[in-house]
Amino acid sequence: MTLSLRLRAAIVSIALLAVFLGSWHLATRSSGTTAAMSPEYARLMGLTATQGKSAMPGPLDVGAKLWEHLKRPFYDNGPNDKGLGIQLAYSIGRVGLGYLIAVVVAIPLGFMIGMSPLFSRALDPFIQLLKPISPLAWMPLALYTIKDSSISAIFVIFICSVWPMLLNTAFGVAGVRKEWINVARTLEVGTIRRAFTVILPAAAPTILTGMRISIGIAWLVIVAAEMLVGGTGIGYFVWNEWNNLSITNVIIAILLIGLVGMLLDQVLARFTRMVTFPE
Amino acid sequence: MSTFDDPFDADRALLRSGCACGRHRSAAEHVRAARTPRCEPVADLSEQKRYEGIVASAVMRAVFPQDVARRAFLKSVGAATALAALSQFVPLKTATEAFADAGPPEKKDLKVGFIPITCATPIIMAAPLGFYARQGLDVEVVKTAGWAVIRDKTINKEYDAAHMLAPMPIAISLGLGANAIPFTVPAIENINGQGITLAIKHKDKRDPKDWKGMKFAIPFDYSMHNYLLRYYLAEHGLDPDTDVQLRSVPPPEMVANLRADNIDGFLAPDNICQRAIYDGVGFLHILSKEIWDGHPCCSFAASREFITTAPNSFAALTRAIVDATGFAAKAENRKQIAEAIAPANYINAPVTVLEQVLTGTYADGLGGVKTDPKRVDFDPFPWQSFAVWMLTQMKRWGQIKGDVDYKAVAEQVYLATDTKKVMAEMGLTPPTSSYKSFSVMGKTFDPAKPDDYLASFKIRKSS
Repeated sequence: MTLSLRLRAAIVSIALLAVFLGSWHLATRSSGTTAAMSPEYARLMGLTATQGKSAMPGPLDVGAKLWEHLKRPFYDNGPNDKGLGIQLAYSIGRVGLGYLIAVVVAIPLGFMIGMSPLFSRALDPFIQLLKPISPLAWMPLALYTIKDSSISAIFVIFICSVWPMLLNTAFGVAGVRKEWINVARTLEVGTIRRAFTVILPAAAPTILTGMRISIGIAWLVIVAAEMLVGGTGIGYFVWNEWNNLSITNVIIAILLIGLVGMLLDQVLARFTRMVTFPE
Repeated sequence: MSTFDDPFDADRALLRSGCACGRHRSAAEHVRAARTPRCEPVADLSEQKRYEGIVASAVMRAVFPQDVARRAFLKSVGAATALAALSQFVPLKTATEAFADAGPPEKKDLKVGFIPITCATPIIMAAPLGFYARQGLDVEVVKTAGWAVIRDKTINKEYDAAHMLAPMPIAISLGLGANAIPFTVPAIENINGQGITLAIKHKDKRDPKDWKGMKFAIPFDYSMHNYLLRYYLAEHGLDPDTDVQLRSVPPPEMVANLRADNIDGFLAPDNICQRAIYDGVGFLHILSKEIWDGHPCCSFAASREFITTAPNSFAALTRAIVDATGFAAKAENRKQIAEAIAPANYINAPVTVLEQVLTGTYADGLGGVKTDPKRVDFDPFPWQSFAVWMLTQMKRWGQIKGDVDYKAVAEQVYLATDTKKVMAEMGLTPPTSSYKSFSVMGKTFDPAKPDDYLASFKIRKSS
């Protein structure tokens, strides 16, 4: 009897997860060695010092804490303490806005660059220079000039997600097969119509690949940006829990960041499949 | 000249020049008078009289910007005539009434930034315990990711006022590490409340002379932590710039770095010191109190622009902070405060840790329980001599180059006069002078002679 590939892959995945969780659990068990101390002194100390509890939380600690968060994801205890659901919503909102602005700027600009060899060459040095700049390098400059921390965070999302989209759009547009454009020309199709009916569909898969890379970058950036400016968002949550040296909550945040990032990527992957065409 | 002095007395300086307390024409005269009752404040005036004095001072200052001219005028016509003459042009009585009745705050919804450490106790607790609400303010206290961010957000006006390290408003006003923007300190947040924490492995290295080559963390360059640690090291013969390494590290990362063996110790604000002990990675070498008992640590800061655009809000805010600080100063309230500020919305730390810091009964990390109720204390008065001391240290370590007008900077930034007014309004007894002498590690600091003090240090950055 042979199982389908899919099922076998699932079994291997689960086995790997079990091995990982098991070794994590074993690695973070209490060491049990503690110095002798008076009860009065012990009362003032943390569990690591009194019971030899590992400074790293085990999978059970994380699971219990995660359950606590999942039970009430939308509580609001004032400006500095909100549920994980609210924090994630803030982050997704910021990413969405910054990313949308990037789309609005990058795709028309990319079209222009792709259709005009002159622009392509003229803008290339700037794009190459700006592309590799780390998001956090932009942050102080943004805070200083924009003078508003939440707009700065959105600006940083924008500036970091704009380049892959721009380059991919330009590449996709420039790579549309000459025959198709020539056919359109022969049929006397105008420039605007040609752009929308011939070039856009032909370049769409490449453009969407760029957009997919960009959303990944935007989601990477938001955590760093929010850790820096604080206030709200999942990045702020990580910072706040780091401040409390709560590694358990930091791990939970990492897990959720990964999950949301994966979902965003999947959404764009689906769009990409929708516009892909067989040649 | 004190706010409460008589502006119609020709013998007194109206402008704030001359001696340290402002009541004498020169520093020499001040020293002569220091031990005589002449330096006592005009304490027996009624409130109405006091306000009249303040307003009249302001008017006289405006009419006669030059002291010489005012004196000549008063000498020739006499104080009574001068008062009568002035009253004709300026409705002194109305102005006095307007001043005494502070009026409703121009802006009720305020944002105040804070860093989650126990130094921010009065700023934080004023929210859950209702001190802001009592002044008719709706204040949102916002946790902020670091000192540089709090500086930028306050300069950007996202915050109306903020928790800052005591030297930061001076540094911002002077344009050190930021654009020069006039900032002010109407109240000191806390005094004492820091410590030198070392990694457990150094528990036998209690003599700082053995610390050569060690790595220490401080939270920010313009901080009392930096100046106190440098002072302490230098007093023990170590040059903080060459014999050890000082790193700027955000407080929570200090504990993690100590655990990871990246640093050997730190001079940090509490609750961080106690947290390192609580987690079993460090021990308390000394409290900062043992370096300078009563030293300022953090401040409550606002830009001068905020004061001029919303003077009533500013006054109400200062009253709330002074009030909260007074409440925090009482030992019997400390447990309640620890519980109020421990949740995730505020400091986000275990209550046990905060309680140890605030009540002063704490584990020292070496197996002993110690008690010092003044481990952290609260006294809002912004002594201008504190600012002068900080300026001497900024100069000592090369943060400021060239000549410094110590007094002018101290008086522009540390609003001792305004705080006195607020304290008096609240029925507290503010100190009579704005300068006081104190001693740091047994060495007396005379705020009137900052340059001599500075010159007396052997270890300093050569400039």
